[in-house]
Amino acid sequence: MIQEPLRIERALRKRIETGGKCLVPYITGGFDGYIEAIYAAAESGADAIEIGIPFSDPVMDGPTIQKANDIVLSKKVSPLDILQEIRGLDIEVPLAVMTYYNIVYRFGLERFANALYESGISGAILPDLPLNEAEHWITAASENGTETVLLAAPTTTDKRLENLCAQSKGFVYAVGLLGITGVRAELARSAVVIAGRCKSITDKPVLVGVGIGTPQQAREVSEVADGCIVGSAIVQKLLDNEGPESVGSFVADIRATLDES
Amino acid sequence: MAMTDPSSDGRFGDFGGMFVPETLIPACEALEEAFRTAWADISFREELNTLLADYAGRPSPLTQCERLSEELGYQVLLKREDLNHTGSHKINNVLGQALLAKKMGKSRLVAETGAGQHGVATATAAALFGMDCVVYMGEVDIERQALNVFRMRLLGAEVVSATSGSKTLKDAINEAMRDWVATVEDSHYCLGSVMGPHPYPWMVREFHRVIGLEAHEQCQKTLGRNPDVVTACVGGGSNALGIFSGFVDTEAELVGVEPAGGAAVFRGTPGVVHGSLSYLMQDEWGQVLEAESISAGLDYPGIGPEHAHLAHIGRARYEKVSDSEVIDAFQLLSRTEGIIPALEPAHALAWMSRAREELTGKTVLLNLSGRGDKDATQMMDLLG
Repeated sequence: MIQEPLRIERALRKRIETGGKCLVPYITGGFDGYIEAIYAAAESGADAIEIGIPFSDPVMDGPTIQKANDIVLSKKVSPLDILQEIRGLDIEVPLAVMTYYNIVYRFGLERFANALYESGISGAILPDLPLNEAEHWITAASENGTETVLLAAPTTTDKRLENLCAQSKGFVYAVGLLGITGVRAELARSAVVIAGRCKSITDKPVLVGVGIGTPQQAREVSEVADGCIVGSAIVQKLLDNEGPESVGSFVADIRATLDES
Repeated sequence: MAMTDPSSDGRFGDFGGMFVPETLIPACEALEEAFRTAWADISFREELNTLLADYAGRPSPLTQCERLSEELGYQVLLKREDLNHTGSHKINNVLGQALLAKKMGKSRLVAETGAGQHGVATATAAALFGMDCVVYMGEVDIERQALNVFRMRLLGAEVVSATSGSKTLKDAINEAMRDWVATVEDSHYCLGSVMGPHPYPWMVREFHRVIGLEAHEQCQKTLGRNPDVVTACVGGGSNALGIFSGFVDTEAELVGVEPAGGAAVFRGTPGVVHGSLSYLMQDEWGQVLEAESISAGLDYPGIGPEHAHLAHIGRARYEKVSDSEVIDAFQLLSRTEGIIPALEPAHALAWMSRAREELTGKTVLLNLSGRGDKDATQMMDLLG
């Protein structure tokens, strides 16, 4: 008996309604210890968790996530392996996958949507599938209630932004800067701007990702946004062999900093 | 059936599209608009034609090959893109894009390169227009194409090594796209083939259409008719679409030739990478496979979407040749005609050499897309 996945938007709204800020950590699927890292993140205050399914040509990703991808791919871990492992998880936090469209296309749109559902995954983030090309996927995904999270970029025009916010499910993923994933020394001014632009036209949760790597940056951007996604800084801990518990304590640090404000 | 404009969503039949991160969508849309306007504007066309004539040396000649024809047993004509400034057809596209980028107010060109021919052409255009230029090149290719790396640096470009994945053209494209995602406001991505997101496959083909237009006219003058077969090598496939565009509406058979180790049509299935849906060498999970070819310029697991369309509807056919056949062809043209070809067009010649029986009695037009100077060191090592 398959249970309906926990829904992302519902979980995020719950956090927001109680005056809190949302935190979504990203963890590379298939990497050594990633299952434990997911549990650790869930227990340390994550509101939803984004699981990366590695792709050979990840054009939105910087060196850290690329490296983790390459390690997983070199071990011949398939997307299906990852989805099946996730199926066995027992956690109270909703999940999304982040991958590139060719993985979905090759899997078959409906088959992929079904596989997500059966693995208890509610959301899908596909950074190279912009709204213009997303119709087929969104149709296939919505059969199961899958939440397709759309990305809004600093370059997105006002008109597009409105359409994009209207169609995004789960939350709106505001890309914090012009560039690829990776930790930056300072929070880009553009992160606050894009968050503000999204917030002014949608009542869906608006989370900023790309370039958010420290508790301070998370707090700073969440002054405008409803929260943030932290990826490379977490994956770096896995790459450095600091273990799943280090992911847990880092997520707890960010949670604590967000809760102070 | 002409090679017409793609549909409004950037499709050639089922193939193409605009599969890029949201950050780049406005840039792709602005580029489409700018290109559409410029291409319909006589003054832009005149400015580009002047550059192509006075700077790049167009029109390129059509050479009738007496000794090669004798050797192969049928009539061979060469469209001499090797004689263009910078040594290949790549300059046609690059001058068009650089001129367009300048009109769009961009100050920096980003490019990927495999063999280095597109990189050299882009660095050349950047020098000509006074623009900054960064070229991404696979680590493996930097080694095997040292001469072109030096040329790019001499021209003032920064050459950045792509060290991820297979360290060849595919990875150079990934790096160039990542650069563009971060610099899209002041940079233009000068993509070097008929691939990538809409409008690139269409725009790049249009900038190379001049090859086919000239060749068609030259064939009427020289032969008084069209050739029976038009052939070209295909990596992404820009030189092939350039020459095919002049003959797609004729009876001529169109033959694209891919390296056996990068045969997207032969070994590929539909997939999405680098911005478009096309044939792609990939594993059962959609991970893109690494191509393997003696030629850095064809070392690519995909193919431009319009080629996928032409293959799908059967208007063009695609053949594959092995590295050793290419090495033989490279020497054949050098010895019989005094023309050292680049390894890329030597692929098409390799097919012509293998297909002698089938081609007997026919007239074959080969797009000689580039000259072989850049490959001299690599071939010296191989041939001793």
